[in-house]
Amino acid sequence: MPAPSRTPWREFAAGARDQLPILAGVVPFGLIFGALAVGSGLSALVAQGFSLILFAGSAQLVAVSLIAGGAPAAVVIGTIWIVNLRHLLYSASLAPQFSSLSARWKMLLAWLLTDEAFAVASARYQRGELRFAHWYFLGTGLTLWSAWQACTAAGILLGARVPTGWQLDFALPLTFLALLVPMLRDRPAIAAAASAGGLAVILGGLPDRTGLLIAVVAGVGAGMLLEGRRRLPGRSSP
Amino acid sequence: MSSLALWTIIMAGALGTYALRLSFIGLLPPDRLPARLYQSLRFVPPAVLAALILPGLVSSGATLNLSPTNPRLIAGLLAGAIAWRTHNAWLAIAAGMATLWILSAVF
Repeated sequence: MPAPSRTPWREFAAGARDQLPILAGVVPFGLIFGALAVGSGLSALVAQGFSLILFAGSAQLVAVSLIAGGAPAAVVIGTIWIVNLRHLLYSASLAPQFSSLSARWKMLLAWLLTDEAFAVASARYQRGELRFAHWYFLGTGLTLWSAWQACTAAGILLGARVPTGWQLDFALPLTFLALLVPMLRDRPAIAAAASAGGLAVILGGLPDRTGLLIAVVAGVGAGMLLEGRRRLPGRSSP
Repeated sequence: MSSLALWTIIMAGALGTYALRLSFIGLLPPDRLPARLYQSLRFVPPAVLAALILPGLVSSGATLNLSPTNPRLIAGLLAGAIAWRTHNAWLAIAAGMATLWILSAVF
């Protein structure tokens, strides 16, 4: 019997490695969050607590700006939920892949589910051989979580002295782009991406990233519309 | 804002977020998903990625900037072309960052 090409440890290491290019784009946001939080008068413990427990970058940045603007706690909590509504889509997308896992694995991986982990792991799940793929997700999720804690702490310590001239934040969209391109294999997928991207630009002015959510739902609808049309001639019943 | 209110925000925000993350993975059985939702799932990743990428490439702040002097647009187009031709993520990202630095220095 040949040695298995995919083992739990190899999957874990591959997941961690594939998250590394994303980190270059994530680290500036962590630094900015830490600096912004202490700059808004939050204690270092509360600032780090956001990253440790909430672990959701854009929601954390929105929350701190609302707190600094004097918004009541209920508004901040509601906004965090709205900004994170997109995780419902990620959860639905990963549920079939996670269906055979134990409850403990599901609870752990759900806690590590973020934009970045989802982007990297969903590319992995398209490549097949999924027996130990949950170790890949764990590797990618833990790498992101650890880096997020470290760069939040660094931001708290450094304050607002992050050099913006490096423009390292741009590594984040570049990484997403490198993940997106191989997914554009047929017209429905291209239509989904094009309409979601276009709408996100048009709706970019909407508050609290609600434009992103609308754009994603419309993009998925456009993809389904085209796929339905393509399949129609082959169907025997309506 | 009081320390109690801040920790309430963290805990309530995190609890709701975790419920959203766990929703279909652990709370609702996936075989209860409507068939149409299943079909739609393969379009979620490309739609989310495109919606996260594009605004940062074609806008400068709140205004649309499609000019060839927009460094992020040019760097993004180049990185996309390299990713398409080579399927090499690191190469695409490195080329995109290098292009951004060069164009930012020029314009």
